[in-house]
Amino acid sequence: MLVWSRSGRSLILAFLAVLVGVVYVAPLAIILMASFSGEWNGVLPSKPTLEHFFSALTGDSGAQLRASIITGMVASSFALVVGTWSALALRSLPRVPRRILDLAFFIPSAVPSVSVGLGLLVAFSRPPILLNGTVTIVFIAHFILISAFTYGNVSAGLARLSPDFEQVAESLGARPFYRLCHVTLPMILPYLIAAFSLSFALSMGELGATVMVYPPGWATIPVGIFTLTDRGEVFEGAAMSMLLIISTLVILLLLSRIPTKVASR
Amino acid sequence: MADAAIAAPRPAPDTSWLWVVPPLSVIGLLFFYPLFLIARQGLTDGKDVITFEHFATVLHTRQFHSAMWNTIEIALMSSAGCVALGFVVALILSFVPFPGSREIARFIDTFIALPTFLMALAFTFIYGSAGVLNGMLMDLFGNTAPPVDFVYSTWGVVLAEVTVFTPFVLRPLLAAFSLIDTAQIEVASSLGAGPWRIIRQIIFPAALPALLAGGSLCLLLTVNEFGIILFIGAKGVITLPLLVYDKAIQEGDYTPACVIAVINVVLSLSLYSLYRVVIARFGGRNAGVV
Repeated sequence: MLVWSRSGRSLILAFLAVLVGVVYVAPLAIILMASFSGEWNGVLPSKPTLEHFFSALTGDSGAQLRASIITGMVASSFALVVGTWSALALRSLPRVPRRILDLAFFIPSAVPSVSVGLGLLVAFSRPPILLNGTVTIVFIAHFILISAFTYGNVSAGLARLSPDFEQVAESLGARPFYRLCHVTLPMILPYLIAAFSLSFALSMGELGATVMVYPPGWATIPVGIFTLTDRGEVFEGAAMSMLLIISTLVILLLLSRIPTKVASR
Repeated sequence: MADAAIAAPRPAPDTSWLWVVPPLSVIGLLFFYPLFLIARQGLTDGKDVITFEHFATVLHTRQFHSAMWNTIEIALMSSAGCVALGFVVALILSFVPFPGSREIARFIDTFIALPTFLMALAFTFIYGSAGVLNGMLMDLFGNTAPPVDFVYSTWGVVLAEVTVFTPFVLRPLLAAFSLIDTAQIEVASSLGAGPWRIIRQIIFPAALPALLAGGSLCLLLTVNEFGIILFIGAKGVITLPLLVYDKAIQEGDYTPACVIAVINVVLSLSLYSLYRVVIARFGGRNAGVV
């Protein structure tokens, strides 16, 4: 408690309310309002309409929503497998190689997304691996950009896992694979879900690498929003943004409801 | 510790390190190999002979100079803004507690999961020339030209970036503040220390590791930021990532794009090393995601 006087407290809380209101609430509110606006000539939009949402769910935009969700699911699933695998594999290494490899798995998150996209274009536009112009290259770009976050989340979970459980399982004769499936993975399940959720959300909003590599017909929602607003169709862009926010939040909510047998300790 | 305990009773020829090969090859093929090819295209002529010719050409353009300067300027200003805003908000949320302060912290935290360009889009609606604020001011004062005009400039980019990256400072700060013993503050206060003195002598030193960790993470994120700058789309505000995109996609010229990407990646990796050093030195790992 820093401020004791009643008036001082109210003054500070009013300041916080204005700050959070202007900086964080107003932007979301304005996108929401714009997405319903039929006309915007005065200070605030008028003639509320659902038209922008209808056009966002059909035609090109509907296809973009589908592309985004499929890309997010594929890239996040692959990242979850690779991230969990590497976090588990690194545990048994000695200290020095472990730290070096740990860095190697984190570095993709530090490189600008546009450069990741450029690298994929340069590397896979010629034989032996020709991927430029395919959907796979979008999956790969998203996978690379989210892999570090999945790896980081899973290794944080493993670091908190007490070794007792695995040792007991081992001493009772559980073979390594059985131990992995029945002890280790269930115990870090909350971290696996958190990792998947975060990477899915990041993939849904990814723009930098996607604009570099996406083939015709596989534009994601962020690319679609950019195209719309660039053409001056800002209300459709706002409706698409709402759709992006809502679909991300809904999928995160669904994931958070997966029952985890072992409650987080 | 834990690993030593598990590893100890294993039989002698330990091949478990082989398990690391598959994920490492995936990252190697899909990330490090493309990165190497960018460097090769930027640094060699057609026949794998190292040359700095492409570098010299790019380094002498005005476009590159202004992009480099913009990137650094925007990153420094935005990170300073994030640290300042994050510190103020964390201070109030932690030490002037009120019902709902947790919910506010969680609400701001969700911005980490939202795409950054949404903020640029919102800014054009609020502060743009046809936006809400200008509409209000023109109604009030009868101006004919929009009085507020900062969105399509460096300032617009900086303010949008401060908004989206402040949660990365707020998160470790709130964690650090929750470890401060409130009794310490109450004792200091009952001994007559005013709030400014408590902030300066108790809270700020405790917050310093988190501020450094969050601030250096912000530097990295703002140097790499692309969406906000693409959406604001101001002619004068081109940064390195945007220049890479312009060269490669708009002009279809990969070689200069590779040169700029090499410089950008080197800058980002130096900032990432700074971040790792700060964390290793001062702690504050819970800066979160990276």
